Amino acid sequence: MKREIKGMLTGLGVTFRTMMKPAVTVQYPHEREDPAPRARGVIALKEENCTVCMLCARSCPDWCIYIEGHKEQRPPRREGGRPRSVSLLDRFDIDYALCMYCGICVEVCPFDALFWSPEFEYSETRIAELLHDKHKLGEWMSTVPEPEPLERGAEVKGKK
Amino acid sequence: MTTTNLPPPGDLPEIAVDPAAFRHLADAQVNVELDTGDMVLNIGPQHPATHGTLRLVVRLDGERVVSADPIIGYMHRGYEKLTEFRTYPQITTLINRIDWLSSFANEVPFIEAAEHLMAIEAPPRAQYLRTILTELSRIATFLLFLGEMGLQVGAITPAFYGFRDREYVLNLIEAVTGGRFHPNFNRIGGIKDDLPWGWISECRGVMNKTLASCDEFDDLVVGNPIFQKRTRSIGIIPRELGAAYGVSGSNLRASGVDWDLRRDGPKYLVYDELDWQVWTHPDGDSFSRYWVRLQETRESARMVLQMLDQMPSGPLMAKVPRIIKVPEGEVFVNTENPLGEMGYYVISKGATGPFRTKIRSASFSNVSILPWLLRGVYVPDIVTILASLYFILGDIDR
Amino acid sequence: MTAIEIGWGTTLAIKTVIVLGIVPLTALILGYVFLLKMMSHMQSRLGPMDPGGFHGWYQLIGDGIKFLQKEDIMPGEADRRVFALAPAIVVLSTFLVFVVIPAGPRVSVASLDSAPFAKGAFDGVGVFYALAVSSLSVIGVLMAGWASSNKYALLGALRAAAQLIAYELPLVLAVVGVVIQTGTMSLQGIVSFQQHGSLFGWSGVGFPLILTQFVGFALFMVAAQAELTQPPFDMPVAESELVAGYMVEYTGFRFLFFFIGEFGTAFAFAALAATLFLGGWSVPWVHGTAADFLGPVVLFAKVMFVAFLMFWARFTYPRFREDQLQAIAWKWLIPVALANILLTGVLKVAF
Repeated sequence: MKREIKGMLTGLGVTFRTMMKPAVTVQYPHEREDPAPRARGVIALKEENCTVCMLCARSCPDWCIYIEGHKEQRPPRREGGRPRSVSLLDRFDIDYALCMYCGICVEVCPFDALFWSPEFEYSETRIAELLHDKHKLGEWMSTVPEPEPLERGAEVKGKK
Repeated sequence: MTTTNLPPPGDLPEIAVDPAAFRHLADAQVNVELDTGDMVLNIGPQHPATHGTLRLVVRLDGERVVSADPIIGYMHRGYEKLTEFRTYPQITTLINRIDWLSSFANEVPFIEAAEHLMAIEAPPRAQYLRTILTELSRIATFLLFLGEMGLQVGAITPAFYGFRDREYVLNLIEAVTGGRFHPNFNRIGGIKDDLPWGWISECRGVMNKTLASCDEFDDLVVGNPIFQKRTRSIGIIPRELGAAYGVSGSNLRASGVDWDLRRDGPKYLVYDELDWQVWTHPDGDSFSRYWVRLQETRESARMVLQMLDQMPSGPLMAKVPRIIKVPEGEVFVNTENPLGEMGYYVISKGATGPFRTKIRSASFSNVSILPWLLRGVYVPDIVTILASLYFILGDIDR
Repeated sequence: MTAIEIGWGTTLAIKTVIVLGIVPLTALILGYVFLLKMMSHMQSRLGPMDPGGFHGWYQLIGDGIKFLQKEDIMPGEADRRVFALAPAIVVLSTFLVFVVIPAGPRVSVASLDSAPFAKGAFDGVGVFYALAVSSLSVIGVLMAGWASSNKYALLGALRAAAQLIAYELPLVLAVVGVVIQTGTMSLQGIVSFQQHGSLFGWSGVGFPLILTQFVGFALFMVAAQAELTQPPFDMPVAESELVAGYMVEYTGFRFLFFFIGEFGTAFAFAALAATLFLGGWSVPWVHGTAADFLGPVVLFAKVMFVAFLMFWARFTYPRFREDQLQAIAWKWLIPVALANILLTGVLKVAF
């Protein structure tokens, strides 16, 4: 009986003590919590690095990346050389309604054209509007953070 | 009111156990003479107590359960079939979603299976990181359980404490992996990235906070006599019967079976380098399941603190080819996940993806004991038992 | 003393308006202070902060307006008339309790006393009436559960019926001790007893009956908690088992009625507890007209304190099971209440 009464009272004590402490929640639209720099918020595209190699579109597990491109002939770099053929991006859409935020596309990109950004405020009222094109993806490049320093004991290596 | 006479439930296996466990079944026989019509109650698929879309067809005599049939499959997403059409890196992100509360722990057995087939081993620092993140996801899962169990037996406040304290752990996981719920951080042969600067001291703080919040749950929930009245000797799983049904993990340890794959299974990760203990409880009821999970949360926090101290330095990835092709062969790797034993049986024919995968998920087996367990209990006890078994619907239906 | 002569019909109209207005108002206050704010802080969050500017004070009013706009949904197989009548009966019982609670020497809608102002000669039936009408709500709950033609609602209603009947007895028995000690069933009389009493010759705080009837107070609080179907006795609405129990099929303003009934009754019971055990509106050194103005404020403060205790337990404890609740009522509360009555009676005769 004594133990039971003690159990009832300690429970009341826990809730009362919590009531006296400040709340842990963040009042979102007024104040915002910055997510970790590594947070996978949105995928940003650096268009000039993209060579339309389609690796990202092929490796995406749910095929939410749509790429179209065309080849153009450019004048040769050196005098008398052959004209270069350059791949140019016509369309680079990511359907964020389908995206699983796994990051395989970012990892697989051989020319560093895709980056993760912790930006998260891009919700839409209609699901179809979550399909974002390359201009929108390019705008997010400004929110991509610098790579952060690593913890002690980590092997320092340059990005491949 | 619809009163239907369903055919009687099929014969359940007779297993010699302590007759005290059947006390509630003996009570159920009393009302036979009065012969009031049974009421069929559909609990779920949308019901606050079913953690998603489990459906229980319960035949009730008054408030007493005559029979209960779990009906699963409302969330079947076909992961076993999907793995046959995806490459190994893509599968890692898919199997994150099996048990979405402890996604990182899901990745480990699959990655280990692929590494076994390729005969490579991740470097020690990667192993340590994997173990830390696995234990963090275990803590996150159990903190949610500790709160939610309180909610299911009627107390609102513990649920919020559970979510609050889990948030700190999720922040830690996000800071390392970039994803709060679905880390997708394991790679075949190692781990994707190293820890960000300052993470270790932050993690130490959060682990101490977790230990403190475990004490809070001790005061608020475990010590509460109402909670004890609601959970003690409710839903007793006898140890032999539990093992026969394939119940695993904390549910089985709460029945007194001293069996933990982290210690008793084949070596995986770095558990053998740590000083830790397997918690058991002799009773096997809902309360002991709660108690065992509470102790395991503390134990996991202590393990993480140890690992932070003795983490080796070095590379994170073993040498792996750029396009991963797993050589022909079959392997079964099972690990101790927060919900129980989780295993992947992978058959490879040498392609970029497996030929066939069989996923052994813990919740599926844990829930299979429900028809036996729910006979003769009251309606509120259904909820207590469902909550204390702690299943994730994605883990049942896959 | 009153110079303005008001006709009987006008008085009745004014009183009706006051009661009709005060019940939703008290429900709003309790709902806002405890359900929205205290619960949030106990769970280390802030609750609604935006509506209305200051700490979301407008939230519940907005919710009420929203409920009024909602479509009135009635299940296809519902017993339509009973379904529509049930919330009204639940709210009705709340209104009827409010009628007798005194908030000052002359501030009460109906005192039910035959001689309200003659000192020392109170022979009303206020306590009896309040406890009787408060159990009316069980009829509404049973009607709601039955008419909804929903199994969860039916289970919830049957639980509610069993529970409310089981806890009516300890509630009444807990009050019997007070009635024996004061020798009156009039609420004004009980308040007057506490106001004019003295503590070892010191009349600074009067004589709140909680000092002698602390067992009765504890029993009353437990039983009131069960009557209000609040945790740890909220099996009829058990949201994790029966979704919302007897309320599960109600939407819109009918649900609003249940909400007002729930919190209005909580206020009424807190007011009863404050009146019976904590001295009600009385401030020992204030008499006459000043007490009429100060009384409601004092009563409100005491009610908030009692309600705080009620809601504190509500937000901390898990719920019992139905059979355990019956066992507590019959095996613990009623014997203890009877022993309390016996002891009070013996002491009353002895002194």
